[in-house]
Amino acid sequence: MGVQATASRQLRRRLLHRYSVVVAVATFVLLIAGALVTSNDAGLAVPDWPLSYGSLFPPMHGGIVYEHGHRMIAGLVGLLTMGLAVVFWKWERRLWVRGLAVAAFGLIVIQAVLGGITVLFYLPAWVSTAHATVGQLFFCTVVSLVMFTGDWWQSESTQLEPQTVAPIRGLAWSAVAAIFVQLVLGAAFRHRAFSLIPHLVCAFVVTGVVSAAGATAWIRLGHYPVVKTAALRLLLLLGGQLTLGGFAYWAVQFQQQAPQPLPLPVTITVAHVVTGALTLAAALWLALCIERLRQPGTVLVSAVPALQVQGRHSA
Amino acid sequence: MKRTAAHLLMAGAVSLLLTGCGKKEAEKPAEQPAAPAPAVNPETAGVITGKVTLSGTPPKMMIIRMGAEPACEKEHKQPVHAEDVVVGNDSALENVVVYIKSGLGNYSYPAPSEPAKLDQVGCMYVPHVVALMAGQQLEVLNSDPVTHNIHPLPKDNREWNESQPPNSSPIIKEFTRPELSIPVKCNIHPWMKAYICVFNHPYFAVTGTDGTFTIKNVPPGTYTVAAWQEKYGTQETQVTVSAKETKTVNFTFKAE
Repeated sequence: MGVQATASRQLRRRLLHRYSVVVAVATFVLLIAGALVTSNDAGLAVPDWPLSYGSLFPPMHGGIVYEHGHRMIAGLVGLLTMGLAVVFWKWERRLWVRGLAVAAFGLIVIQAVLGGITVLFYLPAWVSTAHATVGQLFFCTVVSLVMFTGDWWQSESTQLEPQTVAPIRGLAWSAVAAIFVQLVLGAAFRHRAFSLIPHLVCAFVVTGVVSAAGATAWIRLGHYPVVKTAALRLLLLLGGQLTLGGFAYWAVQFQQQAPQPLPLPVTITVAHVVTGALTLAAALWLALCIERLRQPGTVLVSAVPALQVQGRHSA
Repeated sequence: MKRTAAHLLMAGAVSLLLTGCGKKEAEKPAEQPAAPAPAVNPETAGVITGKVTLSGTPPKMMIIRMGAEPACEKEHKQPVHAEDVVVGNDSALENVVVYIKSGLGNYSYPAPSEPAKLDQVGCMYVPHVVALMAGQQLEVLNSDPVTHNIHPLPKDNREWNESQPPNSSPIIKEFTRPELSIPVKCNIHPWMKAYICVFNHPYFAVTGTDGTFTIKNVPPGTYTVAAWQEKYGTQETQVTVSAKETKTVNFTFKAE
């Protein structure tokens, strides 16, 4: 009976994890779709909301492809997230993780409302910027759920000394904050709330902080494979994002002379936006790894009754 | 559940707050004249005429790709170029708005009953520049087999964004305040661009393919006449028009 219950819990845990991964991937696709709307200047190709030309399925041509396509993917992500909140509430034992799943649903509702406001009020710059920002926050929330439902988070039993991990922890979370601010400034530029200069200046800050965080994590905690991988991923994404940033700058200048959005500049700017999202997620992943290593945890309940531990802590 | 509902309410409140930031200011009611202004006396009115040209090598306009809309692409047998700078024979500069900027007296200028027209043909706005008076109707037509959405971006007038299916009735709009160069775009077809210029008097003209313009029924006086081109900006000059005189004024923009 105990073995069956354990197996059932393990199955549910894996399902929650896989469901979280599916939502994370769908959200990434949605980020691409959203970036395509802005880069193709199709934000108002569908002037009504929540329907599109009074229908769920309008004729798809020109900019309508991007705008309505974005809405359709957003609808799918919304439904997936609603399901996510339900199954987490039902199956997840940790109350704080359940709460995070519900928060994800709340964020997607806010995101939908912001999307509607941008359309109905002709893309006010700050609303469009908020819409872009909440999208990133939602992506981070779902990525966090992927982490928290993974085997490593739930089985890792290491507990590092606070003085060992404190400086790295501070750097890691600073990297998350810096990248987030940079994303907001980038969104503000794309939606004409700010000039490009704040985003360019912040790029230097981000480069410094993220490089320090990744390098320090690699050096101090690189003997933990999960940290080493997370640090390497973050540093590679940072390099890629800086490169794309240079190309995006050229793309914006070139695009200004063109009568319409051109494929190459659109591709570059969209890649820059979504790589920014991945970089933020990678920084968050590293920070969460370090958090996990400084916290005691519950050993993963296995099929072997002798290894069952009734958790004093629920990480 | 209560917490979730509270969060949703908060989101709604934040949204309402943010909409205040995005809304255009409500239009102020049109000012009422203190006393009826006299009409221009056609017995003494003059004419301002002239030509606008471009000196130097005209910039090469990029070709517009209409692949996203095959129905419009097949309407064009030749490549379609952007219309930022259209230069005709003898360096004639098309689509320049020439208007009296200052010096007009207190005359009555009723808005014409005839509407100004803006059409959509082959997924291009025709004409590229429309000039009309404040309070004059603008009739937007769709001669294409596809839906367009017409989105002017004024600073001093009310913004609107409407879709227009093929074979539908014209969209009738008015702009209540003078405003130079209101960009117009179609969010379905991002290459479509036009400009609307709104004046509170009838002394304006848009140059045609030969670069010429004629402004009639100008009362005698000294005026600042301006010429606006979307890429090269505005030039001004002083003009004195005597009774029944035809004054010639030419503008030359310099290619960068």
